Amino acid sequence: MAVEGTPLLSVRDLSIRFGGIVALDGVSFDVRAGTIAGLIGPNGAGKTTLFNCLNRLYQPSAGRIAFEGRPILEAPRHQIAALGIGRTFQNLALFRSMSVLDNVRVGGHCRMRAGFLAHALGLPGVGREEMELEGEAQRLIDLLELGPVAHVPVAALPFGTQKRVELARALVTRPKLLLLDEPAGGLNHEEVDGLRTRIRDIRDRLGVTVLLVEHHMNLVMTVSDQVVALNFGRIIADGPPDAVRSDEGVIRAYLGEDAA
Amino acid sequence: MARLLGPDGRRVGLALLLLAACVLPFLLSSYRTFQLTSALTYAIALVGLNILTGWNGQISLGHGAFYAIGAYVAAILMDRFGVPYWATIPVAGFVCLGAGYLFGLPALRLEGLYLALATFALALATPQLLKWKHLEEWTGGVQGIVILKPDAPFGLPLDQDQWLYFFTLAITVLMFWLARNLLAGRIGRALVAIREQPTAAEAMGVDIAFYKSMTFGVSAMFTGVAGALGAIVIQFVAPDSFTLFLSITLLVGIVVGGLASLSGAIWGALFIQFIPNVADHISKAAPWAIYGLFLIACMYLMPTGVAGLLRAAAARLDRAPPGP
Ligand SMILES: Nc1ncnc2c1ncn2[C@@H]1O[C@H](COP(=O)(O)OP(=O)(O)OP(=O)(O)O)[C@@H](O)[C@H]1O
Ligand SMILES: [Mg+2]
Repeated sequence: MAVEGTPLLSVRDLSIRFGGIVALDGVSFDVRAGTIAGLIGPNGAGKTTLFNCLNRLYQPSAGRIAFEGRPILEAPRHQIAALGIGRTFQNLALFRSMSVLDNVRVGGHCRMRAGFLAHALGLPGVGREEMELEGEAQRLIDLLELGPVAHVPVAALPFGTQKRVELARALVTRPKLLLLDEPAGGLNHEEVDGLRTRIRDIRDRLGVTVLLVEHHMNLVMTVSDQVVALNFGRIIADGPPDAVRSDEGVIRAYLGEDAA
Repeated sequence: MARLLGPDGRRVGLALLLLAACVLPFLLSSYRTFQLTSALTYAIALVGLNILTGWNGQISLGHGAFYAIGAYVAAILMDRFGVPYWATIPVAGFVCLGAGYLFGLPALRLEGLYLALATFALALATPQLLKWKHLEEWTGGVQGIVILKPDAPFGLPLDQDQWLYFFTLAITVLMFWLARNLLAGRIGRALVAIREQPTAAEAMGVDIAFYKSMTFGVSAMFTGVAGALGAIVIQFVAPDSFTLFLSITLLVGIVVGGLASLSGAIWGALFIQFIPNVADHISKAAPWAIYGLFLIACMYLMPTGVAGLLRAAAARLDRAPPGP
């Protein structure tokens, strides 16, 4: 397992409010390198908001986020991918008119260098960079079983397939930390089993640390090394899956939601 | 059989187009040749606007302004400084690159219709700025500037119109080549990504502010090169050639030709060059009404532009079983 020391991700006292709503309220937790961490909580708990803070879409009103020990709250949004944080979106954010291959290739943007002039003139470095990217994109497309639809515009694909395209696109950025926002949403039983294997593969074979937001309890509990539970923007539990599953506060949060 | 839609079909189409382009000036009258030359300059301008609007999704109702800047840079350099016509074109391109980039910076804050209005203002202001008395010494005020038509160099057996045509054709090919390269890889994908899903584009590392303002600059550069060529071809620049109408005409060109399509720029250019003439032939009394009908018909029959129609036709032929 990962060595002790600085965690890959460290969130401290993070707070953000929207008008009257306190979406995150003093959130602190760590994610160690090489682990799969689950992030659970009822609807509106603040899970997506936390992701949006991690990749700088939202500016928190207080708190700190450190990635590999370095603070990231001053970094511009477009540099987050290059730092090593990749993500997928809860409600799909694909480039709809582009093919699967092109969507995945956009993920390579953050680690390519050739600019406007080099491209316009077709300098040799450009071709090399594009070839490398194409190879890597193809490998990930194969890994995620998207080969047969590689040249199809994503808008024409079923929801579950589009989710895999997002995953491939996030992986091409070569993340150290991958944020997955409800990857099992809208998937059937079989597809969830496939996803479980895939998430493990991503960690074991590609060495990517995963932070997983999911409502599918069975998936989170079987795949995670650590589970963090949020409710109304506060952390109510943080520990191994078994401990969090049987935590009274967590049970009450979910039952309370059911009762409402 | 080679597929029409694949790279082979594309190459054959391109070769045929180039062949036709090289033969036509020897078959046509010098007036028609002049018109074709003018259509080529439009094609370059349309590539510029299409990069901005078709690929990147930023609407400009003011590209006539960059066309005007290019035209005036060429005219002033030739008229005041005796710069040879061919050397004015890169200068016009770079001036417009800078102007477009600078205009693109504040325009970053504007989306959709608001950007359309800001560029509209640019188009409205341009002719009047060109008449401004403090610039008159350079621009020639309302009178404009007259330019001499260049002769064919190296004793080539071409008349002036034919020479200008081939000169323009060469630059058109160069500009299309640059645009193709620019749009084929990382940069082109980033432009479309920004248009379709800016949040995700940013999460993939695309610096939206930089790309949008650079795209404005590059787009203006193409249009400025077109303007410089246009000035040389028409041998005259005057403020009232660069009204809002020109800007709208360019927008018509990219939509009729096909958004986010390079070949579409050629079809769009032919449309805006020749359809007004055709309309004039049909009705001397109401040519613009006829033009309007053509426009509406195009939108109904080819909602994705001429390029979209051709693509669909090629795809259909590819699918059809081979004939006897
Ligand atoms: N941009 C925003 N403007 C206003 N309120 C917001 C915004 N983003 C999130 N919120 C609010 O913050 C709270 C947390 O929302 P968030 O989307 O993070 O929940 P979540 O845990 O991801 O829920 P779900 O499981 O339904 O996806 C909600 O009350 C939501 O309405
Ligand atoms: Mg959410």
